[in-house]
Amino acid sequence: MQKRSLFILSTLAFGYAFLYIPLISVVIYSFNDSNLATIWGGFSTRWYGELFRNDQILDAMFLSLRIAATAATLATVLGTMAGLLLARFGNFRGRTVFSGMITSPLVMPEVITGLSLLLLFVSLKQYFGWPDQRGFGTITIAHTTFAMAYVAVIVRSRLAAMDESLEEAAMDLGGRPFRVVFDITLPLIAPAMIAGWLLAFTLSLDDLVIASFVSGPGASTLPMYIFSKVKLGVTPDINALASIFILIVSTGLLIAWATLRKSRIR
Amino acid sequence: MTDTANPLIRIAGLSKSFGDFVAVDDIHLDIGRSELFSILGGSGCGKSTLLRMLAGFETPSAGKVEIDGIDVTHLPPYERPVNMMFQSYAVFPHMNVEKNIAYGLRKDRVGKHEIARRVDDMLELVQLGDFRQRKTDQLSGGQLQRVALARALIKRPKVLLLDEPLAALDKKLRERTQFELMNIQDELGITFVVVTHDQEEAMTLSSRIAVMNEGRFLQVGEPKEIYEYPCNRFVANFIGTINTFEGTVASVDPDGISIQCEELGSTLRAVGDYAVAVGQAVGVAVRPEKIFISRSEPEDLYDARLRGIVDDQGYLGNLSLYRVRLESGKMIQVSSQNRRRSSKRFVEWDDEIWISWQPLSAVVLVD
Amino acid sequence: MAGATQHDTLWQRITIAVPYLWLLVFFLLPFAIILKISLADPIIAQPPFTPSFDQHGDLAITADNFLFLLTDKLYAVTYLKSVLLAAAATILSLALGFPIAYGIARSSPATRSLLLLLIILPFWISFLLRVYAWMGLLNNHGVINNSLLWLGLIDQPIQMMYTDFAVFIGLTYSYLPFLVLPVYATLERMDEDLVEAALDLGASRTRAFWDITWPLARPGVIAGCLLVFIPAMGEYVIPYLLGGPDALLIGRVLFDEFYVNRDWPLASAVAVMLLLLLVVPIVFLQRSQTRETGAA
Repeated sequence: MQKRSLFILSTLAFGYAFLYIPLISVVIYSFNDSNLATIWGGFSTRWYGELFRNDQILDAMFLSLRIAATAATLATVLGTMAGLLLARFGNFRGRTVFSGMITSPLVMPEVITGLSLLLLFVSLKQYFGWPDQRGFGTITIAHTTFAMAYVAVIVRSRLAAMDESLEEAAMDLGGRPFRVVFDITLPLIAPAMIAGWLLAFTLSLDDLVIASFVSGPGASTLPMYIFSKVKLGVTPDINALASIFILIVSTGLLIAWATLRKSRIR
Repeated sequence: MTDTANPLIRIAGLSKSFGDFVAVDDIHLDIGRSELFSILGGSGCGKSTLLRMLAGFETPSAGKVEIDGIDVTHLPPYERPVNMMFQSYAVFPHMNVEKNIAYGLRKDRVGKHEIARRVDDMLELVQLGDFRQRKTDQLSGGQLQRVALARALIKRPKVLLLDEPLAALDKKLRERTQFELMNIQDELGITFVVVTHDQEEAMTLSSRIAVMNEGRFLQVGEPKEIYEYPCNRFVANFIGTINTFEGTVASVDPDGISIQCEELGSTLRAVGDYAVAVGQAVGVAVRPEKIFISRSEPEDLYDARLRGIVDDQGYLGNLSLYRVRLESGKMIQVSSQNRRRSSKRFVEWDDEIWISWQPLSAVVLVD
Repeated sequence: MAGATQHDTLWQRITIAVPYLWLLVFFLLPFAIILKISLADPIIAQPPFTPSFDQHGDLAITADNFLFLLTDKLYAVTYLKSVLLAAAATILSLALGFPIAYGIARSSPATRSLLLLLIILPFWISFLLRVYAWMGLLNNHGVINNSLLWLGLIDQPIQMMYTDFAVFIGLTYSYLPFLVLPVYATLERMDEDLVEAALDLGASRTRAFWDITWPLARPGVIAGCLLVFIPAMGEYVIPYLLGGPDALLIGRVLFDEFYVNRDWPLASAVAVMLLLLLVVPIVFLQRSQTRETGAA
């Protein structure tokens, strides 16, 4: 161990540097006064100000948050049902097909999911006249579909670790299966559902490719807006935006980590 | 003991298979009111599946279950007059002690005051009065067990099913809890059906025991009966320790039978009414504590008398155990009470001794 | 809940039906449509492909798109390049990720949770913004070139942006956490005493690693590698932002075929081919994961 640890320590250091140097450099350059994002022109916070005056960014952000919240909620409901199905319903008919369908979105390349859903929406419109236009609704459906897979996996593994006799005991004491789910199962898997919701929310907020496919004219999510800007190269206001993201995520996760740690020590 | 005309539980031809595997194979059993009945067997013998069929968690492949004259075979667990105490106790971790115990009554929409009163009674019964607001992660194993017991008893079930009720407790606690369980059962008069792999537990707790193996009952009877008169080799070996000798029936007379035992080179007597024929291969079984050790040849001519050498001995405090090598080379176990206080051993290693037992102590095993 | 299987069937049916129908409509049906369109001819119309049945009701499908993909050199090169770049990124991720996972698994519990958090943290920050961050680093006037110029190691900027190298780095950077986590999970579960037993029996540290640690970590390594390789194959954003105009990976070709050339049938055929290419690793991954959960 002792001999090896120098090698391990240096790869650890190198690995974490590799992960964090790009992020740190973005944060530093977000305070760059120069219009040319790559040349240092003195310290300034003006790009943050511009960010909040940019209506396009704010609109895109608002749309993204609405989609993410809706899709995460739907995905949590559907994913929890799917997780229950897989962990507690034994061998129902069509189980193999179902478990294949639920786990596939986890590994499906985004371009395929995006293209296939777009073609679905186009065909649906052709035959049923719905969806009338693509945007909030279609993106939400697309995000729900792939995010519910993540929720299902989390919920299922939580259920697998949970003592099934808790639910049996409740039934034995007179609880009907439907009541037992609300009395016992859901309260006990609530942490997994919350984790699933957060993950679904983040995935939705993060997605560019699928949203680009299934969105229509006029509906632009935040990643779509950012992509349209950075396609042309590095821009200072995106540096500022990225820094805000980094700040929010790091504080959020650090707080979660600290509270978790405290509760574990207690 | 059992009111055969009017049993509380009547199990008829009950079977359960999972695919090709037959877990429970054509069980017939009547259990009377206020009995403390144990189903005893090793892991995978089908005892838990049988219990789960009584509770309603498994649907039988064949046969039926009646409780108090009502066919419950296809009733779901929440409609049976039966409650269960789970092996893991399954105390709801997100409810406190009081809420756990009240759960069953709340599901039955019992009035608030009635619930409060009965929860109080239960807390008193299991001596958890000071813990009613406790979270379950602040309870010890023994306390959890009592919460589970109170929770299962509060609905005044006709039958309480207990799945390995003491397995999760340490030895000291287990002995104490065992007697508490018996007292509670006595006090409430509820029929208990216990599943256990622990023969000692089954022996002390039960009014009757069923020994189960490979999905079948091998013997059903009172603890004493099962111990003293095991009906076959599996039961004899499963309960306690026993010495078995193989032989063939030499003669049958009104008092008992004589068995020619090749491995001992002598004839053994067994008293009792056995349905055997001359020439049939049988086993003769004798419990270690029924065998006497003596330094000189025993006098009673009816007893079995064999010579041997002390191969090994162990001092257990109340008992001494001996392994004796008979002249034929066979090893047998003998135990004797240490009635007298003495630091000197009664026999030493390699001492030549005699062993003997009464024909009444020998049990004939047919299969 | 075996008891529930017989009772309260309405509740049970709803729980089965809702997610099932959702997946049928929004997951399986779209694939059927992709397959159908990939067997059509492109036309200038709305929608821009021929129907599967002609006006006489006869089946009118064609394998032209697939034949084209298989015979056209450009597409063969694209597929090959995607595989090679994804494989290279997987190998680099493993070379970097395994020691990291090992280091985390062997550190004290307090440090361990912090190190893990730092691995997961970038994952929660926008993927797009993380790729974007590399644009600022790899630029001709970016941080790396500027630092090297300042140090006097080079006289003029090295062209890194818009090259396959940039794509390779971007892929590795983005998917590294997916490799570290499963490898860490297997290493963490491994009993350290096993290695000590091997050492006690006379193995050297290196031998003990290859005889004990590596075989036991293999399930995590396989899962981790596939979790990098599979998404890297279909990646669109990274080649678009970091790669040059010739960085034609499948994901990007599909996108361009659809939006730039408006050739829906060909884009669908590209998707079907990509899926076929990934079926083997995907099935492999799902197998290894069910085995994992089955064992646990």
